[in-house]
Amino acid sequence: MQPAPEHLWLMIAALGVSAYALKMCGLIVLGSHRLPQVVDRCLGLIPAALLAALVLKDTFSIGQVLAVDARVAGFAVAVIAAWRRAPLIVVVVLAAAATALVRAM
Amino acid sequence: MRRLFAPLTEPAVRRVVVASLTLSGAVGVFGLSFGVASVSAGASVWQTSALSLFVFTGASQFSAMSVVGAGGSLWAAFGGAVLLAARNLVYGLALSSSAADTKYSLAGSLSRRLIASHFVIDETTALALAQDSPRLRKIAFWTTGLALFSFWNIGTLIGALLGTAIDPKQFGLDIAFPAAFIVMLVPHLRTRLGKQAAALGGALCLVSISFVPIGVPILIAAAAVFVGLRK
Repeated sequence: MQPAPEHLWLMIAALGVSAYALKMCGLIVLGSHRLPQVVDRCLGLIPAALLAALVLKDTFSIGQVLAVDARVAGFAVAVIAAWRRAPLIVVVVLAAAATALVRAM
Repeated sequence: MRRLFAPLTEPAVRRVVVASLTLSGAVGVFGLSFGVASVSAGASVWQTSALSLFVFTGASQFSAMSVVGAGGSLWAAFGGAVLLAARNLVYGLALSSSAADTKYSLAGSLSRRLIASHFVIDETTALALAQDSPRLRKIAFWTTGLALFSFWNIGTLIGALLGTAIDPKQFGLDIAFPAAFIVMLVPHLRTRLGKQAAALGGALCLVSISFVPIGVPILIAAAAVFVGLRK
């Protein structure tokens, strides 16, 4: 189910304000203060944890149901291409081609 | 104008500017795929462009629209995106302390610092901190910031227009989200802690996906950062 456009606009606005506030806090408000090392380390691990979760969600689920379909082919191709340091556009095009091919079969 | 380009005769400055522009060009392609993915997830062209203009932090934008596209609540979409934006705070700190007490610091006038804040992202931080003089750091930050912002937004707009013109699913473009996430994830797997956080985050997401509302598994995966509590 898609959210109403005005609700999506609200989310975009809130996200814009929050993202800017976080950037500004680091650069201006906190300035040259240092965060405790352990906080620094944990914040630095957020992308690893969340990006891995996002990859798996987008490949192996439809809504709340785990599913294996044509996307797995694209996923496999993308992993290999990214691992070999192919540029993003190559990764996306190869993965999309693999997914479309399996879907068409 | 001539004064603005005068430093380009210096090899060191030229090197920095070329690096910034090369990186920004690549990011423009990333923006293109965001545009396509975002409209295929249900955002309008305007909403997609607004995300790139005002949120301007790639992983958060991708994450928000990935959750919305899957049918998750806007709260879950917002929460995951803010968590991903939190690292920009660390970048801001690193940039301001690297530049303290010099006339070339990023701390110019307040209005300039308020503009600079919008550009505090992975790429500007990486390129700025890679320079060894404060002056080059400042040049790297601003050229990367301005060029990347332009390319990211132009790429987004073209991608969004393309995405509305075709049926993304027919071309397998629903894979654009995971493919982009994989590319963003790879550099974080270099360290042992990064690998552990990724493995645990992925596992937490998969086991929780059937039991909690759509999008919430991404928030649960954030618990994996606590592997950083021990060295």
